[in-house]
Amino acid sequence: MPAESVKRTIMIALGVCIVCSVLVSTAAVSLKGIQEENRRLDRIKNILMAGDLLDGNRDLNQIYEEKIQPLLVELASGRVLQQKDFESGLNIRDFDIQTVAADREHGRVIPAERDAAGIRRMPKYMVVYPVMKSGNVDKIILPVYGKGLWSTLYGFIALGSDLRTVQGFTIYEHGETPGLGGEVDNPRWKNIWKGKKAFDEQGNLKIRVIKGNVDTKKSEAVYEIDGLSGATWTTIGVDNLVRFWLGDEGYAHFLKRLKEEIHG
Amino acid sequence: MGKYYKALTEPLFEKNPIAVQILGICSALAVTTRMDTALVMSLAVIAVMSLSSLSVSMIRKGMPGTIRIIVEMTIIASLVIIVDQFLKAYLYETSKQLSIFVGLIITNCIVMGRTEVFALKNPPGISFVDGIGNGLGYSILLVAVAFFRELLGSGKLMGITMLKLQSEGGWYLPNGLFLLAPSGFILVGLFIWVLRTWKPQLREEE
Repeated sequence: MPAESVKRTIMIALGVCIVCSVLVSTAAVSLKGIQEENRRLDRIKNILMAGDLLDGNRDLNQIYEEKIQPLLVELASGRVLQQKDFESGLNIRDFDIQTVAADREHGRVIPAERDAAGIRRMPKYMVVYPVMKSGNVDKIILPVYGKGLWSTLYGFIALGSDLRTVQGFTIYEHGETPGLGGEVDNPRWKNIWKGKKAFDEQGNLKIRVIKGNVDTKKSEAVYEIDGLSGATWTTIGVDNLVRFWLGDEGYAHFLKRLKEEIHG
Repeated sequence: MGKYYKALTEPLFEKNPIAVQILGICSALAVTTRMDTALVMSLAVIAVMSLSSLSVSMIRKGMPGTIRIIVEMTIIASLVIIVDQFLKAYLYETSKQLSIFVGLIITNCIVMGRTEVFALKNPPGISFVDGIGNGLGYSILLVAVAFFRELLGSGKLMGITMLKLQSEGGWYLPNGLFLLAPSGFILVGLFIWVLRTWKPQLREEE
């Protein structure tokens, strides 16, 4: 068969495609388990990071088991569900935001005008991570997510026991431009969040990620976080998603209940 | 063994893909702010280059000229995805930092260039060695650039503090320029200068 016949061209093309697709899918399928375990550990690590609980010498799983007792919360009412009230298909350990959001029973469509985070569907329930200290809630770590420029950003925000002060913020998964929007996972930037106030004393949501640097002389500075330079849309995305999740569609009802519980 | 040895060692300096053939500059700037990312990237490129050269060379006799580029691309892309999957499974942290740059090995001109120029015309064994050689040539430069960028830019090597920073109570004031892409250009330029001083036959004639 001559090298330049149509038949040969098609045969080589087909052959290469079949061999390559078998190799790629074998690799993807056989490594999936390990990759998922990595992703789970990475989530735990970020929960601990947001809560400032990391201890270099200790196993992540161990710290997590010891310090954190995750709760399942119904967002609309702010009610914490007990294990026996879990509807079928819900459990804390394997709670996957995207799967639950896409579920017909457990997810819901967000009306476009209220969808500040740009996520269209969200779960009716979320798992939150309280950090306990001698029987009391010391911090509460809340998962947040929303659209940036190219991708959906997933992260955690930790509030102190006053439920106003930000104790930590991390983004653990995103696909923003490396070096620009990708700096959302830069530890230096995440550190700026520590000590900022999310709400004012009356409980109004005040936190903002602004464009440029915060003027520290202003009285508002305590609510404001420096935007990332060269990443206007990622900055706006982070601002939207944090405000969305701390607002009425997100954890507002739960935080209110929790506040009554803590402060009576 | 003479020609195998030559295929392996020539791309290290005399025919270094970055410094002499000026291929693959983009990723050389992107992943060299730290030594560990540069090393992992190097290993990924060596694996992709050697295996793609080997596979292309194995089917070179049946390769129809009309679709040869797309066939090469398919092979390279598949290998890159497999390497990426392995990194995500076994080197999760580093793979997060490398993010899209592993995927971009597909568009790295060195890989395409070597399969097109060398593997299509030579038997599998020597093509494989040529792939490793060129991958190593790329790695030497990557690691050298990363060495200076990490040391001068953040006072560390492989994430371990070498020069104690002023902000942590030491004496060293880091040079932020080395963390930005332009310093990569400067260092690659200096590397080319040193190489051409050492091996004058690489200079173009005036």
